[in-house]
Amino acid sequence: MGAIRLEKVKKTFGTLDVIPGVDLDINDGEFVVFVGPSGCGKSTLLRLIAGLEDVTDGKILINGTDVANEAPAKRGLSMVFQSYALYPHMTVYNNIAFGLKMAGESKAVIDEKVQNAAKILNLTDYLERRPGALSGGQRQRVAIGRAIVRNPAAFLFDEPLSNLDAALRVNMRLEITGLHQELKTTMIYVTHDQVEAMTMADKIVVLQAGRVEQVGKPMELYNNPANKFVAGFIGSPKMNFLGGDYARKYDCHEVGIRPEHVAVSTESGDLPATVKIAEHLGAETYLHVNADGFGPMTVRATGEVPLGEHDKIWLTPERDRIHRFDANGIALGKL
Amino acid sequence: MSTRSSTLTGRIMSAPSIIALFLWMIVPLGMTIYFSFLRYNLLSPGMEEWVGTLNYEFFLTDPAFFASLANTLLLVGSVLVITVVGGVLLGLMLDQPIFGRGILRLLVIAPFFIMPTVNALVWKNLLMHPVSGMFAWIANSLGFQSIDWFSEAPLTAIIIMVSWQWLPFAVLILLTALQSLDRDQKEAAQMDGAGPVSIFFYITLPHLSRAITVVVLIETIFLLTVFAEIFVTTGGGPGLATTNIAFLVYTQALLQYDIGGASAGGIVAVVLANIVAIFLIRLIGKNLDR
Repeated sequence: MGAIRLEKVKKTFGTLDVIPGVDLDINDGEFVVFVGPSGCGKSTLLRLIAGLEDVTDGKILINGTDVANEAPAKRGLSMVFQSYALYPHMTVYNNIAFGLKMAGESKAVIDEKVQNAAKILNLTDYLERRPGALSGGQRQRVAIGRAIVRNPAAFLFDEPLSNLDAALRVNMRLEITGLHQELKTTMIYVTHDQVEAMTMADKIVVLQAGRVEQVGKPMELYNNPANKFVAGFIGSPKMNFLGGDYARKYDCHEVGIRPEHVAVSTESGDLPATVKIAEHLGAETYLHVNADGFGPMTVRATGEVPLGEHDKIWLTPERDRIHRFDANGIALGKL
Repeated sequence: MSTRSSTLTGRIMSAPSIIALFLWMIVPLGMTIYFSFLRYNLLSPGMEEWVGTLNYEFFLTDPAFFASLANTLLLVGSVLVITVVGGVLLGLMLDQPIFGRGILRLLVIAPFFIMPTVNALVWKNLLMHPVSGMFAWIANSLGFQSIDWFSEAPLTAIIIMVSWQWLPFAVLILLTALQSLDRDQKEAAQMDGAGPVSIFFYITLPHLSRAITVVVLIETIFLLTVFAEIFVTTGGGPGLATTNIAFLVYTQALLQYDIGGASAGGIVAVVLANIVAIFLIRLIGKNLDR
């Protein structure tokens, strides 16, 4: 059981308002991802929930009890750190067992739980090793094992994959998602990588400058971003924004068009453009173009497209996929 | 230094300094060993003669030798315990964001820059003096009898002085080690439910083991040869109460003018130092391999 509720949580460092006041509901068993650019306060928010930072004001309710002034260990949460933070002088076994030992569990109980966690995470053969003798992915798993054995109300992940190489990151992403399906425990996951957010989350919380910009399911955020910031942050490559005459045609200040929602033609279309760079990936082609009168745009075409530098093309955005924004960057709803 | 020619060049280039260092070490050592087998007394010049191991027999069967060996070990051991324990505690304090930390750090480090003779004089005349010392004044104003440190607890007095001198070194090394402790590790331990005491014993202390090893090894080397503090304050007495091996060799050579006996004592001291070094490296040197 782990339902977490933040009520007007505030954090200031001196005169700096890092988190001006966040309200958030996290349901039991949900996989929630905090995402945002670096310095947006997502890690601070996680540390506030963990109890590693004191809240300046507001309530943190775990299963209905306010824990804002409780010690970290009393909150029943487990955390996986970006640096893993394994204890270098202890074996893997003792690393995983440490929390149980501190809780005063008996040797037999500790052994059973550690062996069980090791089995889930494929660490059984490495229990007697020290962290220094493990690979990055194995260390990551030890850190997760240390979190699992305490049987927490919720797991907190602080950018856990950012120290891994690209291939391993994809693997661990799947493993963590699998773990969530198996354990069905609430998980809060902080990342700056919107791909991780989109692929793993039940619910994404987009943060900017300590404020919650939008909360929703991944596809909700993708299809109906509440503002220009969310629209630009979710989705890769980034959404294109066009102002001026083109926007006026749609009765708004600016329109946003995702690169994947633009049809490319060599003969005719809405917007004439010149290809600057074409990135051929096989399954898809990214065209970085210069739209006449609007400047640089990115377009994603399916499959192989025989286009290169200086080629003249025409772009036609899908009409019902166009996002409209007012002068303040607030979404106006679709056509 | 990968190719054969560059390795050779490297050897040739470093040879002069290595040869100089080697001579610097081997000539005095060779002469000392040679003298230790002679009857060589400055009071009877020109009477030097080969006496075999007689000097060693005298030195090693002298009751003063065992007394001074015991004193040496007691002095080294006590100072090591005091400086390591005190160093860890002071290091922990100076690692906290406390008021006036910069000045405090400076004050803690300062004793290391005071030369041993001056250190001993300050303690002897200003602090531990039974009439005009500060400790006597404190004792008297609290209604106690003042202690005459150098006659009632001479070795303790020496230990206190030497510890004061070496505590900064331990603090300096241990503080830098503390500062390199990953904050995440402490936070992870906090999440795991460890209190400050558990964090200290399970996280901080193991992290410090390497630095403590360095402190113990380096201090031992210097503490085996403590001399100035003894010379300035107690002169090895009363009786033999504060005579360590280094001081015993000094009395042999310069108070009895017995160069042969002093050389034998010096060689014995070298052998003892090596035994201690081997023992220490066996015991704690493995900490350095990690």
